[in-house]
Amino acid sequence: MAKITLDNLAHSYLKQPQKDDDWALKELNHDWVDGEAYALLGSSGCGKSTLLNIISGLLQPSQGRILFDGRDVTHAPTAERNIAQVFQFPVVYDTMSVGENLAFPLKNRGADPKYIAERVNAIAAMIGMEDQLKRKARGLTADAKQKISLGRGMVREDVNALLFDEPLTVIDPHMKWELRTQLKQLHHDFGHTMIYVTHDQTEALTFADKVVVMYDGRVVQIGTPQELFERPAHTFVGFFIGSPGMNLFDAEIAGTIATVQGASVPLGGSYAPKTGHTQIGVRPEFVRLQAGGEGLPARILRVEDVGRHKIVRLDVGGTAANAILDEGTPVPAGADRVVFDPGAINVYADDWRVAPQGAQGDGPQGAQGDGPQGAQGDGPQGAQGDGPQGAQQGRAA
Amino acid sequence: MNKTVNQKAWFLVLPVLILVGFSAVIPLMTVVNYSVQDTFGNNVFFWAGLDWFRDMLESERMWNALGRQLVFSGIILAIEVPLGIFVALNMPKKGFWASFCLVLMSLPLLIPWNVVGTIWQIFGRVDIGLLGYTLAKLGISYNYTQDFIAAWATVIVMDVWHWTSLVALLAYAGLQSIPDAYYQAAKIDQASRWKVFRFIELPKMAGVLMIAILLRFMDSFMIYTEPFVVTGGGPGNATTFLSIDLVKMALGQFDLGPAAAFSLMYFLVILLISWVFYTVMTNLDKREGR
Repeated sequence: MAKITLDNLAHSYLKQPQKDDDWALKELNHDWVDGEAYALLGSSGCGKSTLLNIISGLLQPSQGRILFDGRDVTHAPTAERNIAQVFQFPVVYDTMSVGENLAFPLKNRGADPKYIAERVNAIAAMIGMEDQLKRKARGLTADAKQKISLGRGMVREDVNALLFDEPLTVIDPHMKWELRTQLKQLHHDFGHTMIYVTHDQTEALTFADKVVVMYDGRVVQIGTPQELFERPAHTFVGFFIGSPGMNLFDAEIAGTIATVQGASVPLGGSYAPKTGHTQIGVRPEFVRLQAGGEGLPARILRVEDVGRHKIVRLDVGGTAANAILDEGTPVPAGADRVVFDPGAINVYADDWRVAPQGAQGDGPQGAQGDGPQGAQGDGPQGAQGDGPQGAQQGRAA
Repeated sequence: MNKTVNQKAWFLVLPVLILVGFSAVIPLMTVVNYSVQDTFGNNVFFWAGLDWFRDMLESERMWNALGRQLVFSGIILAIEVPLGIFVALNMPKKGFWASFCLVLMSLPLLIPWNVVGTIWQIFGRVDIGLLGYTLAKLGISYNYTQDFIAAWATVIVMDVWHWTSLVALLAYAGLQSIPDAYYQAAKIDQASRWKVFRFIELPKMAGVLMIAILLRFMDSFMIYTEPFVVTGGGPGNATTFLSIDLVKMALGQFDLGPAAAFSLMYFLVILLISWVFYTVMTNLDKREGR
C-alpha cells in the first residue's frame, strides 16, 4: 500500500503534441491518499483509462513523474510497481483451470503453495466460484470470466494499489451490485488504495470516498459525492452528475443578483463582476414551481413520474430545464414561474465555478466533512443504473 | 407450413454434377479401373482383381518411398512450425515495417514450384551456383547430385525457404487477433515472457496453427516439382518421394495397373492421416473446454 503522487503528469499519444487537443491527458498534479477508494468518473474517451495505465506502468507518460510513497517509479516496469489491475473486458487464461487462473499472479511471484491454496479458496468464495475451481476457464460465460479477472486482481494482498478499469461493464445488474459491495468490503477490510474507473455515476458515487471527475483529458473536480452534488466545480460536473443534471442559464452577474432573460434572480452570495460567458447553475432538486408572482416565466412541457419523485420538464424562455418534485407534492395548478433556492445556485464563468466573495472552504478539499456515503442508496435500486436518484434524494431531503 | 414439391429443382443441380463428374469422378474411376486390370497393350484389358494392391503392399520400393516421405514431412514440419512461430513473434505489430515484412514474407509463396526448384538447382551447383561455390571454397564437401546428405539438406532447406512464410503468416494472423488487454493483464500478473507465450499466445494461435500444420503436412506429403527439378529423385533413390516414384512408375515404366493401385493407396493414406490429425486436434480442443 502506498501513496501515489502524480507530479506534472501529462500524456499524448502523438510524438509531437502541438495543440491542447493533442494531449489525451492534460497536465495533472494529484496525490492519491494511501488507503482511500477513488472513483474516476467521466464520459468515454476523456482520458480515464490513459491515466490508469500510466499509474500501472502499462503506458509511459509523455511528461511528469509518478511517485509511490515518494519513490520515483515513472520508468519502472509494471512488475516493480506491484499493482493489480482489472480490465474492462475479461481476460482469462483459457488453457488453465479457474483455480490456476486465480493462483497465477501468486505463482509468478513464487509464493508458498500452501498460502496460494488458501488465497485461491478465499477469493473463490468471494466471487462465488468455489465449486468450479477445477473447471477449465475456456467456455465460461463473460460474467464468470470477468469474475475470475476480478479475483486475479484481488488475490494478492500486498499490492500498492488496486486499479479497476470499468470492470463491471459486462456483468449483469444483480451481480454488479453484489461484486461492488464485495469490493467495498475488501477495501474496508484491507485498506488498499483503490482507483475505480467508470462512466456510470451510480457506480462512482456508491463505491468511492472521493470521486475524480474527468472531462476532455482534464481532471475538473475531485471531491466527495456531496461536494460534487452541491458545488460542481465545472458545468460538466453539474451536467454529468445527477439525473437529470444541473440546469444552466446564461446570466449576467452583478453583486448578489443575476439577470437571466431580463428577470432578476437573487444569489446566495455576492460575486465580483465577471467577464466572459457567465452562467448560473441550479440542481433540479432546488427548483420550485409556482403560479404567478416572482421568478422566471416557464412553461411545463411534461411531467415524468419515475416512482419515487416527479421530474418536470420545463421550457424557461427557450432553455430546457428540469425540476424535481417529491412524489407527494402536486404540480401547482397553472404554474408558470420557476424560483430557485438562492443558496443552491452556483455561478460559472467560462464553465468554471466562481466562488462568492468572502466564501471559504471552496476547494474540493473543503471542510464539508465526509459526506453521507452511507446514505447513497447503496442498494439494488442504485445498481440498476438509472442514476443516483437515491443519493440525491437522500441529500435533498 | 406446406412445402411445395417440385422435383424439377434437381435440374438446377445438374450443371454441378456434370462438371464434378467430368473433372473428378470419371478420372478417378478411370484410375480405379486401371487398378483392377492388366494389359499387354493394344487396349486389351484383363481382370486382375486386387493383385496390384497386393503387389504394391508387398513392394519394398513403395514402402521405402513412403518411409522417405514420412521422414521428409516430419523434418520439414519440425523445422517450419517452430521457425514460423518464431518469425511471427518477432514481426512488427503495426506500421510501415509490418506491411513491409508481410510483403517480404509472401514473396516466396508467390514463386511457382518449378522456379523455386530451378533457383535452388542453380544456387547449389558447385561450378556456377553461389551456395555450392561458396561451400566448396570453404572446404565443405557439398554436391547434391552425388551426396545423399547434401541432397536431403538441399531439398529440406529449399522447402523451408519456400514454405515457412505460410506458417509465419498464419501464426502472425493468430497473434494479431489477441487483444492488448491480455498482454497488459499478463504484465500485471507478472508473467514471464515464456508464460505469456505458453498461456496466451500459443492457445490463441492453436486454431490457425492446426490449419498451418495440416496444410504443410498435406503439401509436403504430395511434394513433387521441387525435388524433381533439383535432384530428380537422386542420388540413387535417396530423394525419391512418393509422387516422384508414382510418376516414374506410371509414365516412366508405363505400369498403369500398379501405379493406379499405388495412387489410390496414396490418396487414402493422405485422407486417413489428415482425418486422424484433424480429429485429434479438434477433440483436444473440446476436451479442454469441458
